[in-house]
Amino acid sequence: MTDTAERVTRESSVGRPLRRKEDARLVTGRTSWTDNLSAPGMLHMAILRSPMAHARITRVDVSAALAQPGVVAAFSGADLADKLGSMPCVWPVTDDIVMPAHPPLAHEEVRYVGDAVAVVIAGDRYQAADALEAIEIDYEPLPPVLDMEAALAEGSPLVHADAGTNACYTWKLATGDFEQVRAKADRVMKRRYVNQRLIPMPMEPRAVLAAPTGPDGELTLWSSTQIPHIVRVLLALTTGIPENKLRIVAPDVGGGFGSKLQFYPEEVIATVVAAKIGRPVKWVESRSENAQATHHGRDQIQNLEIAATNEGKILGLKVDLLADMGAYLMIITPGTPLLGAFMFNGIYKMEAYDFTCTGVFTTKMSTDAYRGAGRPEATFAIERLMDDLAAELGVDPLELRRQNWIEANEFPYSTVGGMTYDSGNYEAATARATELFGYDALRAEQQRRRDAKDPVQLGIGISTFTEMCGLAPSRVLSSLKYVAGGWEHATIRVLPTGVVEVVTGTSPHGQGHVTAWSQIAADALGVDPDDITVIYGDTAQAPYGMDTYGSRSLVVGGMAVLQAAERVVEKAKLVAGHMLEADPADLEFRDGAFTVKGAPGSAKTIQEVAFEAFTAHDLPDGVEPTLHASSTMDPQTFSFPHGTHLCAVEVDTETGMTKIRSYVCVDDIGNVINPMIVEGQVHGGLAQGIAQALWEEAVYDDAGNLVTGSLVDYLVPSAADLPSFTTDRTVTPSTTNPLGVKGVGEAGTIASTPAVVNAVVDALRPFGVTDVQMPCTPERVWRAIHGDGSGGDRAAEGSIAWAGDRTESTAGGRTEGDETGARP
Amino acid sequence: MVKISITVDGERHEDEVEPRLLLVHYLRERLGKVGTVVGCDTSNCGACTVHLDGNSVKACSVLAVQADGGDVTTIEGLANGEWHPVQAAFKECHGLQCGYCTPGMIMAAVDLLANNPAPSEDEIREGLEGNLCRCTGYQNIVKAVQLAAEGGAR
Amino acid sequence: MIPAQFDYVRAGSVDEAVSALAEHDEDAKVLAGGQSLIPLLRLRLAYPEVVVDVGRIAEMHGIRDDGSHLVIGAMTTHAEVITNELLRRHCGLIAEATETVADPAVRHRGTFGGSLAHADPAGDLPAVALALDAEFVIAGAGGRRTVSAADFFVDYLQTAIEPAEVLVEVRVPKLGDGWGYRYEKFQRVAQAWAIVGVAAAVRRSNGSIAEARIGLTNMGSTPIRASAVESALAGTGAGEVAAACEAAAEGTSPPSDLNGKADYRQHLARVLTRRAVTAAAGY
Repeated sequence: MTDTAERVTRESSVGRPLRRKEDARLVTGRTSWTDNLSAPGMLHMAILRSPMAHARITRVDVSAALAQPGVVAAFSGADLADKLGSMPCVWPVTDDIVMPAHPPLAHEEVRYVGDAVAVVIAGDRYQAADALEAIEIDYEPLPPVLDMEAALAEGSPLVHADAGTNACYTWKLATGDFEQVRAKADRVMKRRYVNQRLIPMPMEPRAVLAAPTGPDGELTLWSSTQIPHIVRVLLALTTGIPENKLRIVAPDVGGGFGSKLQFYPEEVIATVVAAKIGRPVKWVESRSENAQATHHGRDQIQNLEIAATNEGKILGLKVDLLADMGAYLMIITPGTPLLGAFMFNGIYKMEAYDFTCTGVFTTKMSTDAYRGAGRPEATFAIERLMDDLAAELGVDPLELRRQNWIEANEFPYSTVGGMTYDSGNYEAATARATELFGYDALRAEQQRRRDAKDPVQLGIGISTFTEMCGLAPSRVLSSLKYVAGGWEHATIRVLPTGVVEVVTGTSPHGQGHVTAWSQIAADALGVDPDDITVIYGDTAQAPYGMDTYGSRSLVVGGMAVLQAAERVVEKAKLVAGHMLEADPADLEFRDGAFTVKGAPGSAKTIQEVAFEAFTAHDLPDGVEPTLHASSTMDPQTFSFPHGTHLCAVEVDTETGMTKIRSYVCVDDIGNVINPMIVEGQVHGGLAQGIAQALWEEAVYDDAGNLVTGSLVDYLVPSAADLPSFTTDRTVTPSTTNPLGVKGVGEAGTIASTPAVVNAVVDALRPFGVTDVQMPCTPERVWRAIHGDGSGGDRAAEGSIAWAGDRTESTAGGRTEGDETGARP
Repeated sequence: MVKISITVDGERHEDEVEPRLLLVHYLRERLGKVGTVVGCDTSNCGACTVHLDGNSVKACSVLAVQADGGDVTTIEGLANGEWHPVQAAFKECHGLQCGYCTPGMIMAAVDLLANNPAPSEDEIREGLEGNLCRCTGYQNIVKAVQLAAEGGAR
Repeated sequence: MIPAQFDYVRAGSVDEAVSALAEHDEDAKVLAGGQSLIPLLRLRLAYPEVVVDVGRIAEMHGIRDDGSHLVIGAMTTHAEVITNELLRRHCGLIAEATETVADPAVRHRGTFGGSLAHADPAGDLPAVALALDAEFVIAGAGGRRTVSAADFFVDYLQTAIEPAEVLVEVRVPKLGDGWGYRYEKFQRVAQAWAIVGVAAAVRRSNGSIAEARIGLTNMGSTPIRASAVESALAGTGAGEVAAACEAAAEGTSPPSDLNGKADYRQHLARVLTRRAVTAAAGY
């Protein structure tokens, strides 16, 4: 399965489904979520949030709150304005981008429901919650801006009046001449797809605890974040507290999915308030606040044109996006849709590609990275187009894909999107997937049901996706105007007693890095994985890092672990040579021990070498004491996982209800460190991608209120709503890193959404349906069948439905006796 | 303030509480039983699931005063010397990732198996409908419950 | 989120509950299992000054056989309803609908009487109680009175229970021999409220439907009895069910919300009524 297995002859750890080291504390409740922590003298902060989508703040009076029991302090935005600064955006994607000020605590205008306007600090969270109600605040309403297309029209109300426009930026990319291929194409198919707004909803809401820790302004911030290292830099820049006085800790973090790849107002407010009053301050987000004020994802209108010949050869693709920024630019709000800019061409060969994205301000919560970040939108567009084009051409959608995809012998392949795909084998993944799925038999059944006009129709959806992982080569980020790098750091220390510490700059929150990094280091060092401890998520203990997001941790951070381990072995070899009185060049390292080639009798284990390096009594000249090494990896390029996902749905045409009958995916993520963890990542990714297709949508009403503000209304699926998935893998190692790995965190999410929607639309093609807007709710499906218009195009007023496809029927029953009353 | 007496994980506690104090906050903030967590405001997510007098309940939707005289078991009291078979099965089957839903999910699964020792896959899925997980897609959770039902991992 | 402050009275008897409620009138809320009330308190959508906990009143617990009726104590939990043998035998439709309420943990706390007194038209039990002609025994300062299901559900979240009254028990006529039943619940995800639900009980005689009782969930501000379908079904055979169920949406005024517009709900009511009746009749 892996090429790294050949590195050592002891039983390799890499490639095995090692059970996770993380789990012991998680299954017994011995956890350290931020809300589990407390500090002496700790106070609780509660935040008053705007009930208005857009308004001018005309008066704030916190004096009554100050008089409430237990209240220590209360502040309006104006009270803290000079200390709080403006929230940063680190990805100004164009030179002329509009970047409005973003005060952490609003003091002039509020621009979305949930915008923070005042805070209360009290002895416990109950007192803080009570005191919020005593704050008096007056608003002068301003018109909300809720629809991207309307927002760009002449005369629209403005989110940021001084910007003079609701357009944030326009970003373009073009390869070849699309106008020319459009002119020569036999057919040009136009589509308008909508990627709805989503709420990431990690199970742990956010929480922060800011504690002054020293006499000179030292402060520690515990935060439920994916990015402690980035938070440290940005918190220093925003508050003016010197970076070297700030320590950021991400303790146990209960999921993120991109929503905790963010630098949040609450992190700044808690820090500033704690410093001001000199006591630890904790804030814990409620689920309702999480829905309103933790960043949202997706929200794109995609206007697409695909040009092709009548024989099915794709010639070119034009993409014109409107991307909803929300009210403010948060850390990578403007760049998120552009992470898809290079991927709309998918796995297909074509001559011309023309991409434009316009960012649009609205009076809603900011959007930013959500699992997949830009790539799900791109994959959705191209994979929906391929199914629709196949239907127009009257060919099997798999055949159309085969005809156009990059063949296995064509790698490395430079795409029209400007990427060089290093490796892949779409044929192999598709062959395996169709076999597991029973593709031909399902197509035959579909035909039978169509012929019989069965009220329950069968639909088959395909998604042959690829994505880019391994964010990111720093110089590529520079060319995209991202203000930081994409490297990752690891330090490995072999301690005097022979056990090992791996210090990583990645910041896991469910991905199992402790286990996987142990496996990588164990093989490289020839030690038992159980003898390895992984240290992460604390800038005092793991000072260098770029954190965890974008399926980057293994490809960049895991590679840093491998390289650091190899450097440890290099150094150890010098010491071992001295101990064995041999030329280090004559040593070989195997099973955790150095031996002289040809003289296997004498050996020094890496643990013995570590002790020698610790005592430093007799080290060779020029070798420093202790056995440790570091690596800061900057990847040279991206990696490109791919796969074939097949979904079969049954659609009840009477009610519009969709039920997933089977879901098969075969992913190629290259070599695998821990197949159990990989499968888990795929399952979870599928659930989120399927949920976008069928259930989830963040809906704002006409006044800009978030209607889906709780888990009652925002439909995260439960076990009862999802099927069991059939997953498998093909292995085409990446050629861009020695581990041959590609990344898996987002693949399932990226691939599955179009597979499900394609299946729903496929079921409805006999009714003339060509699109159903996500989420494909029963009502939308039913209206699409009945030609009411809200299925395919934008939903009719009032029918922006939640998802859904489920009936819960009881089994029914009988009283005793038959209908004549006779007892059985 | 109301006087209550509650046994939690085998230990009896007498306390005075505000009537509005939620059981989950009583457990976390008074008793330091922070293994049980809060995930929502509306009793949908199930992260706070504990057993009250032998039945699964959502501790965010029970007042501490309602639990007066009751016997509460949390994730922290589930292991009896060694892990409960459901805890072991969750690790064995990779039925958790970030682990935030896990205490509630395990307590719900233990309750499910107490009422139905040999559930079908559908019965497991229906039985866990009140506990949301955002990481696993539930497949390995279902597997873990099946494994525990079959005698389990140790 | 955190409830606002309130005072707490744990009633030891129905009389104690009634006098506590009488003392505080509209400022008091009755706490049963709390599965609807506590989330409302947490979201600060309810601000009672006093909460009267009736959960431990022994008289209000349990299910007993009273000859022609089963008597279900208002504080009987959903979990107890589902597993009760008497109820499964004589009023199985209630048990079946209760299985679809929320989730197991909520069903351990939530109560039969609490659900009915909350009177959410999207809840599953009101339509069932209506279809089965349940009777509600309500205690107040002046003693006890019995209200028919038809009079009990007054409006959205509003019943015939006065502020100083408590629902003590619900009397449900036993279904006699020859009845079949079915609860059809249409929802988006397992935990969600019904977009539309149909509770149907059908008695067959000589190969055709002699009598049908049908209650609709979430088709108006109260649960609704599909009387037109009930009359149309009388005396019909399998082939005529579909036509009879076309009347299912008559007299309904369902909400238009994110779940679905009113016309879609009316369509669903017709389809689901046909399915519920067909299943209940064993066709």
